Amino acid sequence: MRLVYERSRPGRRGGRVPAPGVEAAEVPAELRRAAPPRLPEIAEPDLVRHFTELSTRTFGIDTGFYPLGSCTMKYNPRVNERAAGLAGFRDLHPHQDPAGAQGALELMWRLERMLAEVVGLDAVTLQPAAGSQGELTGLTLMRAYFDDRGEDRTEIVIPDTAHGTNPASVAMAGYTLVGVKTDPRGNMDVDDLRGKVGPQTAGLMLTNPSTLGLFEERITEIADIFHDAGALLYYDGANLNAVCGISRPGDMGFDVVHFNLHKTFSQPHGGGGPGGGPVAVRAMLEPFLPVPRITRGDDGFGYDWDEPKTIGKVRGFAGPFGVFVRSYAFMRMWGPELRHMSEVAVLNANYVLARLKEAYDLPVDRLCMHEFVVSARTLKREHGVTALDVAKRLMDHGFHPPTIYFPLIVSEALMIEPTETEAVETLDAFCEAMLAIAKEAAEDPQQLKDAPHTRPVRRLDEAEAAKRLTVRYLFEDHPTSE
Amino acid sequence: MTFTALTDADRDAMLAAVGVGSMEELFHDIPDAVRLGRELDLEPALTEAELMAHLSELAGRNSDAGRELLFLGAGIYDHYVPAVCDAVMQRGELLTAYTPYQPEMSQGTLQAIFEYQTAICELTGMDVSNASGYDGTTVAADACYVARAATKRAKVVVAQTVHPQVRRVVRTFAPGFGLEVVEVPHSGGTTDPDAVRAAAEDAACVIFQQPNFFGCLEPAPDIAAAATAAGALPVAHVDLLSLGVLEAPGNYGCALAIGEGQSAGNHMSYGGPHYGFMAAQGQHIRRLPGRIVGETHDLEGKRGYVLTLQTREQHIRREKATSNITTNQTLLALAGLAYLCWLGPRGLEDVGRACLSLAEEAKRTVGHPLAFDRPTFKEFALDVGRPAEDVVRAARAQGVHPGYPLGRDYPDMENVLLVAVTEKRTKADIARLAEVLKP
Repeated sequence: MRLVYERSRPGRRGGRVPAPGVEAAEVPAELRRAAPPRLPEIAEPDLVRHFTELSTRTFGIDTGFYPLGSCTMKYNPRVNERAAGLAGFRDLHPHQDPAGAQGALELMWRLERMLAEVVGLDAVTLQPAAGSQGELTGLTLMRAYFDDRGEDRTEIVIPDTAHGTNPASVAMAGYTLVGVKTDPRGNMDVDDLRGKVGPQTAGLMLTNPSTLGLFEERITEIADIFHDAGALLYYDGANLNAVCGISRPGDMGFDVVHFNLHKTFSQPHGGGGPGGGPVAVRAMLEPFLPVPRITRGDDGFGYDWDEPKTIGKVRGFAGPFGVFVRSYAFMRMWGPELRHMSEVAVLNANYVLARLKEAYDLPVDRLCMHEFVVSARTLKREHGVTALDVAKRLMDHGFHPPTIYFPLIVSEALMIEPTETEAVETLDAFCEAMLAIAKEAAEDPQQLKDAPHTRPVRRLDEAEAAKRLTVRYLFEDHPTSE
Repeated sequence: MTFTALTDADRDAMLAAVGVGSMEELFHDIPDAVRLGRELDLEPALTEAELMAHLSELAGRNSDAGRELLFLGAGIYDHYVPAVCDAVMQRGELLTAYTPYQPEMSQGTLQAIFEYQTAICELTGMDVSNASGYDGTTVAADACYVARAATKRAKVVVAQTVHPQVRRVVRTFAPGFGLEVVEVPHSGGTTDPDAVRAAAEDAACVIFQQPNFFGCLEPAPDIAAAATAAGALPVAHVDLLSLGVLEAPGNYGCALAIGEGQSAGNHMSYGGPHYGFMAAQGQHIRRLPGRIVGETHDLEGKRGYVLTLQTREQHIRREKATSNITTNQTLLALAGLAYLCWLGPRGLEDVGRACLSLAEEAKRTVGHPLAFDRPTFKEFALDVGRPAEDVVRAARAQGVHPGYPLGRDYPDMENVLLVAVTEKRTKADIARLAEVLKP
């Protein structure tokens, strides 16, 4: 398909700008743009067709089943979009005086309280832009807390199953990483852990259920180890979809939690964002939360910018408000029944797991939570077929592949998260495709290695991309299209 | 139940297939001590109709741009967002896909990001752009992280004329990055290149904003030269919408160009979601944070697109990654791409000229002196002769939001009002502004 730049013809135009009807002004000559940017010149009908064609070459949840593990690819209710598009939300300026933004402030105030209830903690900031930024914010809060107490703690403990964002955030926050192994039941190895926690420890970062889709069975014991050492517990909310209304991180002993509003609470993923990464904390960490805090007083809702111990700001304004509208809408439509949401997510995952057990290796044989990990290592050993081949062949069956090669401790890993919004017949069709692929691996492995066969492109050469590094359209190589 | 398809019969059959007798049994691994054991204390579930009634009521209590004549900017602007931007964002496939880890499933998203990267490179005069950052504040912190890695220096310099929230975000994260932050005060509304030169010794980068937070045009080429002379990377925080009329930072020696993309194709949305952008000279490509899309071919030789240089990223490199960013702002960046394509090169120049000309008209007619004697683009600082907060209150009572009181961030500017004029305003609107601002 052509690039939009290859559709460009000199002299064509899309939209027009109203004539200002005042005297024309100029910027000073020394600051004036010398040559115009080579944006495409294209009429609006062709522009719309271009984007429509791009969309048809993209597979979303609206297209079909998308069991990308740890990403919680659930249906995104259409009403979310209608809600965020209300003029009173969409066209509201963030510097509008609080008196002129009471509805928006109330929505954020309510959302903070709903999120606090779901995780069992005391205070929430909505400000972080995404889960990773929530992590960095949480770690920065922990640093401020210890600084305030005059404690110099330098290490963060992370299990070897952690998402890559955890160690990256630890490094960006200026902490040193301490790794902990996983035991044969898929839990954190508590014996390995004990020797690694001490007065130098600032805290633990943990995803629970873990990226293996397993609940940490010894979580209270783990929490005690850290709290006894004066350290804090950070909960990576990537897998919160498993436990809403069932078990709360605050009750497990976690002191800081980040949410992924685009996972658990249905903000559409948008091809890679936007997200939302609110952070909830226990009361002793509240003074350090980013400003502005949202307040409620006798004269309505407002902002408090004057918190002496605040870490400052982590993002512009009060956060990605349009994301809050969508997640608020989603949570209000579930209400206390959020528990049912998590139950169905867990049932769906266990059902798929039960059906795939016979054909794929299972690193740990337990009931799973909202997701699980299987391995294609037997297929690889016996037929030379890898997790990547299985993933690519799934595309020919009309499914988005699971997350592959993660967590790192499982070889040939396929991490599958069906979510609660899939019907049993969809799960069955997916299972049958997975089983057919396992069978095909024995009978005709080349079919898998050559997959996909039915997508707009065949398997792409990622090594070539990294070598060539063509990361923008090279006009100079295509002189006719200028 | 809402958004699930599970019937009682489905449930029973699935539980049997799993080999458990009840839903409760699925949660067997969760210790009793950490089970909630009660219903969540949330308000009862709403139907869609009830929800929309509730949200419409909340939205109705906000003074949006449709209800007030807006001259408020200070980082977020009331530019026209064409219908094509919404159309792109509401395409279900683009809306509900995730990061294109599996390129054969996501050629549309990947190609669109490649086109976006190209547009950002063209506007900024740079060689490489990432697939977006969170917003105009966080990309500045990202730039510091890049500069630290590039120079191994432990200090960053930020002009005081950079957006206060951008500076505040940099200050939040700099200590974790091992960086000290030094601010260069303004001199008559702009930044003195000699002061930059002095401050930038031993600095990893110098971040300045063009046009700056006061709306003034900085002597950007001289600031960039001063930073470079001190061995610091010049980082320009720019407004995409200005780059049809103002020179591209890459063309006056900047190493990085960053900014808030909202003015180009995103609704104001009370502060987000929007997209931050980051573009750089080619030599910094391996230090950039976030996703980058590159061109390649499939096994039949057909052109295609993939995420490239993933070895920079957290999911591969973990604690050695160039950033922890995962989810970015792709959908908003694609709206930005649609906007820039819709305008084309002439449209971008037109919208820049319209803002500039209308702002000049406003400066001539509002009847207050400028706070700074400097050229401006679409925004300018007025000395209104009394507390700007009072002026705003009085004007709002007459249906006009006249701007942003700079005293909120600069204590010595209590009487200064920052006025933004976009292409949506008319000569008549400006006359109305002059009326409500009458001394």
